[in-house]
Amino acid sequence: MEMLRFCTVGSVDDGKSTLIGRMLYDAKSIFQDQWDAVELASSNRGDEYTDLALLTDGLRAEREQGITIDVAYRYFSTPRRKFIIADTPGHIQYTRNMVTGASTADLALILIDARHGMVEQSRRHAFIASLLGIPHFVVCVNKMDLVDWDEAVFERIRAEFTAFASRFHVADITFIPVSALKGDNVVDRSTNTPWYQGATLLHHLEEVHIASDRNLIDARFPVQYVIRPMSGEHHDYRGYAGTVTGGVMRPGDEVVVLPSGFTTTIEAIDSYDGPVAEAYPPMAVTIRLTDDLDVSRGEMICRPGNRPHASQDVDAMVCWMTDQTALREGAKYVIKQTSRVARALVRDVRYRIDVNTLHRDQQASELQLNEIGRIQFRTTLPLFADEYRRNRGTGSFILIDEQTNSTVGAGMILSTEASS
Amino acid sequence: MSEPSPSLQTYELSHLRQLESESIHIFREVVAEFERPGLLFSGGKDSIVMLRLAEKAFWPGRIPFPVVHVDTGHNFPEVLEFRDRRAEELGLRLIVGSVQQAIDEGRLVDETGPRATRNRLQTPILLETIAQHKIDAAFGGARRDEEKARAKERVYSFRDEFGQWDPKNQRPELWNLYNGRHRQGENIRVFPISNWTELDIWQYIQEEGFEIPSIYLAHERPVFKRDGMLMPVSPFLTPNADEPVFDARVRFRTVGDMTCTAAVASEAATLETVIAEIAATRITERGETRADDRFSEAAMEDRKREGYF
Ligand SMILES: Nc1nc2c(ncn2[C@@H]2O[C@H](COP(=O)(O)OP(=O)(O)O)[C@@H](O)[C@H]2O)c(=O)[nH]1
Repeated sequence: MEMLRFCTVGSVDDGKSTLIGRMLYDAKSIFQDQWDAVELASSNRGDEYTDLALLTDGLRAEREQGITIDVAYRYFSTPRRKFIIADTPGHIQYTRNMVTGASTADLALILIDARHGMVEQSRRHAFIASLLGIPHFVVCVNKMDLVDWDEAVFERIRAEFTAFASRFHVADITFIPVSALKGDNVVDRSTNTPWYQGATLLHHLEEVHIASDRNLIDARFPVQYVIRPMSGEHHDYRGYAGTVTGGVMRPGDEVVVLPSGFTTTIEAIDSYDGPVAEAYPPMAVTIRLTDDLDVSRGEMICRPGNRPHASQDVDAMVCWMTDQTALREGAKYVIKQTSRVARALVRDVRYRIDVNTLHRDQQASELQLNEIGRIQFRTTLPLFADEYRRNRGTGSFILIDEQTNSTVGAGMILSTEASS
Repeated sequence: MSEPSPSLQTYELSHLRQLESESIHIFREVVAEFERPGLLFSGGKDSIVMLRLAEKAFWPGRIPFPVVHVDTGHNFPEVLEFRDRRAEELGLRLIVGSVQQAIDEGRLVDETGPRATRNRLQTPILLETIAQHKIDAAFGGARRDEEKARAKERVYSFRDEFGQWDPKNQRPELWNLYNGRHRQGENIRVFPISNWTELDIWQYIQEEGFEIPSIYLAHERPVFKRDGMLMPVSPFLTPNADEPVFDARVRFRTVGDMTCTAAVASEAATLETVIAEIAATRITERGETRADDRFSEAAMEDRKREGYF
């Protein structure tokens, strides 16, 4: 069975929780005791209806305040696919948590209330989802029952969203008119929207083609850990363990190890379950090389004719995730990219993006909590990186504050060429 | 230069193999970056799957960390036997933190009464064992589908010097880039199988064909009914006068302390039939079988804040 990870975003009251509840319920993935607990909590609070949001809001503070603070993960499957839902908070204050949920998503499910059309938050969510490189968007125009299933309303929102999305990169957008409350076009096809020829939401989630979203062209193997048993029959064994982060790797392939630049060939690809003929993303395997090289964690195995950029100059979009300090020019952080750890100096804040209007403020010299901007770094070691858009695995990094040990920034690499 | 030639091969991994790869990646990352990891073994099917994943992650080397068991003194004998045998087979060091010993030494006070459980007493012993052995990363077999507080927890769950989880202030966790940095005395709980569901676990056990303790399959045993759950009779749990004991065919869905783990009525004596039952069930495993989570809506969140797994 295939697996699809998607994140859900929407403003407060657009019906996100109702939609997830509806999908889980109709796909028979809500358990009776979960349902009973939600009903009980709902009636204890004096709600008139069973509040499906209680299914996903798992923390005490969230239930008390009636808002989603952090990502909740939900799981369900149909005979075709296993789904992992990252239910992310829509409020601007929790953007960093939305980014956490969006970073691994194959698809973004964006909710829009048919009565209100696109609001500031929809724009922000769409922009962030695109920034995080989510290849597929599904825009659910919800509460269609409240606008008399009017095709014109749906078309207007579709046109508005399409125009907005043309300002950044999205590979694939699908629009679906739904009523989360009544279930129209969620799992079952609606008779209220004869003008809509497309798939229901669940059908789309089951069918959307995600296999080619992975990069199967550029072979990338960041060495994560060196396996050296140094005992018994495996006395001389030296294997490089890691997760294939691009391309297809096979025994016999000529490879180069960065940064040393030594070329050799893949002797074998090992796994507990036996030799591997072809390793591809996201397989975790162990590579043995023909020559006895001394390769360590943080180094990169790739093909001689297809290498990542190796550079100490990094140009990236960064989302800042702490309120304790601001990202400022001259500041230094620990940077972690693949299995490589170095230190990074902020050389230049090129601009800050207003996530609501996409306006670029060239005067900005810092990023505050939840702000996004284009930053130029200089690193102590060269990173072996690709553009994020080409490879999410080798194009992403996190920034860690050395004083607090917190993860303070998320970066998506635009290029690794020195800027003038 | 020869680039890989296009072929008809689709290079797709099944969901179980994707989950497996993700877990292996996490195990390796921790061992590469921490000084003294340890694997918390609960005896449950989840820790058994964890052991297999760890074995795969470092093969042909041995698992490079010890197994830590917080023994409440109320364990299923089948589980202890299994634990010792697996540790021996894998050549693992076994660290046991004993709740019974702490009670005997007067450091902890046992609960009394018919509903006494040692569940809460596990936490201080866990923290003590972690501190004593200077464990900086403790692998746990928790899954996000188990419970709503767990649904919110990161793969790397940062704990302060008191072992506490601060759910409102979790570190952002992006892609597969984990941040394990911490100060002395703090530690990280790591949950490599966060994204697995109960059904995934069972399907994996079946695909891999490995052994699990016999109590997971249907067997005959004396039980009594309490709060609608089938509780096993044991030296540690005696029924009240109004709780008649009867023999039933049962299996366990989760395995924890014998005083708070309930059985489910079942005829499923093989993995295939267990999987069929799980796939059809309408009740979560914790809701059905864990008395400890029924205290309140936020029971798990509260225990985690105190330092629980
Ligand atoms: N009429 C109608 N109401 C809806 C629909 N979807 C959600 N609602 C209502 O909108 C309100 C907010 O929904 P909720 O799911 O809590 O929104 P969230 O904040 O995005 O999670 C609730 O009163 C829902 O019952 C819909 O399709 N039609």
